[in-house]
Amino acid sequence: MAVDASGGSVGYEPVIGLEVHCELATATKLFCSCPNSFGDEPNTNVCPVCLALPGSLPVLNERAVDLAIRVGLALHSDVRQCTFHRKNYFYPDMPKDYQISQYDEPLNAGGWLDLPSGTRVGVTRAHLEEDTGKTVHMGGTGRIHDATFSLVDYNRAGVPLLEIVSEPDIRSPQEAREYVAELRAILVAAGASKARMEEGSMRVDVNISVRPAGSASLATRCEIKNLNSLRSLVRALEYEIARQAEVYRSGGSVVQETRHFDEDTGRTASLRSKEEAHDYRYFEEPDLLRLVPGQERVDAIAAGLPAMPAQRRSEIAALFSSAGAGTGGGAGAGGAREDQIAGLVENGLDGLLLAAVNGGVSPEKALARTANEAASRIDEALALDPESYGRLLVMEEAGKLTATQVKAVLSEMLDEGRGDPAAIAKRLGFETMGAGSINASVEEVVASNAAEWDRYCSGEDKLAQFFIGQVMKATRGKADGKAVVAELQRLRSTR
Amino acid sequence: MTGERITIEQAAHVARLARLDVTGDELALYTMQLEAVLEYAGQVAAVDTSSVQPTAHATPAENVMRKDEPGECLERDDVLREAPESMDGMFLVPRILGEAP
Repeated sequence: MAVDASGGSVGYEPVIGLEVHCELATATKLFCSCPNSFGDEPNTNVCPVCLALPGSLPVLNERAVDLAIRVGLALHSDVRQCTFHRKNYFYPDMPKDYQISQYDEPLNAGGWLDLPSGTRVGVTRAHLEEDTGKTVHMGGTGRIHDATFSLVDYNRAGVPLLEIVSEPDIRSPQEAREYVAELRAILVAAGASKARMEEGSMRVDVNISVRPAGSASLATRCEIKNLNSLRSLVRALEYEIARQAEVYRSGGSVVQETRHFDEDTGRTASLRSKEEAHDYRYFEEPDLLRLVPGQERVDAIAAGLPAMPAQRRSEIAALFSSAGAGTGGGAGAGGAREDQIAGLVENGLDGLLLAAVNGGVSPEKALARTANEAASRIDEALALDPESYGRLLVMEEAGKLTATQVKAVLSEMLDEGRGDPAAIAKRLGFETMGAGSINASVEEVVASNAAEWDRYCSGEDKLAQFFIGQVMKATRGKADGKAVVAELQRLRSTR
Repeated sequence: MTGERITIEQAAHVARLARLDVTGDELALYTMQLEAVLEYAGQVAAVDTSSVQPTAHATPAENVMRKDEPGECLERDDVLREAPESMDGMFLVPRILGEAP
């Protein structure tokens, strides 16, 4: 059907709940000691347990439980005793023909997450389960419907997952996006997951219904599965809201079903055939015992939880207000700054910024370098020693390195994953250029470009760029542009 | 379960969930047999359990966990040799007719 996503939903309000699956950052799988590792050769991380060979038995991974509890505590959940259940289904992504999950007694029950924009979204539960294997459909167009056969890799089968289910408290695609971004920041902050949507270590399913604006009732909902980017999440929701509103406007009724979002067309389409709704025949996993997190253990985990993103964001924002910063920053710049800070915190790079500021670098400079340069290589930047990074930015602040040189040194540090900035600067030939030699170079360039100098002195300020270029050429890029301009201005004023 | 009867429809539902293709005669037979099994198991309901604490598991233990330390995996060649078919290091399965759960 044709759906006008622009104005099609006027008069209707969406009601959205999200189910987010994230892979926990353990060394091994949830119920066996196979490595939990992304991107390995297919079927190399498999053993009798995750291949469901007869006689094998699952044993729960202690670390996965601790990480799940960390997330539960960060989401203000009630961490409680729980059981595991078998979710039975026929699909070759699990060799057992069932997935071990939690059913009526999840590890984390209830809780909430506060969005940066102020909305509080309820958390229904956050439970442990195992991930499934990966299937590749062969033949036809490569999609399941016209495939001739499929290939299965069980490396991912049994990797620990935490499924975080929200209450239907979300009211717009933008809020859904905000929820996922904030949840991701919390998962990373808690050290529980890499939560990378592009690697599949974080996946989002949405439940969405629409109702007349102002209504308090809940209408029939649809589920859209496996949205693998924030952009897809927003697009799928925008389309689906307009579609459901259109169904009601034309007097129809929405069918409860699972829908698939097509990235290419930007549309959702019904996924389930007319087959009956799934009946997973949950029953308690007889091979696993009850999990009873003792208060002592929970308290110890709570005590070890680092600061959460909201707190870290406000601490960094405070640096700007206390430094009397904000000069040259209108409302627009403030919003951009907030986004930059949020991005750094979400990816865990705010420690670099703080190290630089603690070393004496201005918050603006530290934010600019960290958000633009360091954040362009997140993995390598996370491995950097914050103190060394701080010293590098201090060198720039003190005028010992130019902006170009700082970027070059940082690039080396990121390549190597370590390094003393002063030593790298020296190796690259970025020896400090003293004010005396810069000034001497400026004078030489001025003397040999008399015509341009006259024009600069008569007010053509843009010629400063010409002189900077000449000085850079003469000094092979070692001079600090700001020092050159200062000297040009001094010479002009004393002419 | 005592007192309740299993219907043909319930038996057909269970057969469908188990992907069993059963004929009408078989269904009638299996319904009777299933009912006999349930009735037999249902005898346990006659026991007076009013003074017995509910338990989640037959084993009186909890919190059995292992350290998060990698162990040995199986050799891929050994594993795939046991599979009916394989290709490119992966298990080859027939065309999947159902949907992912």
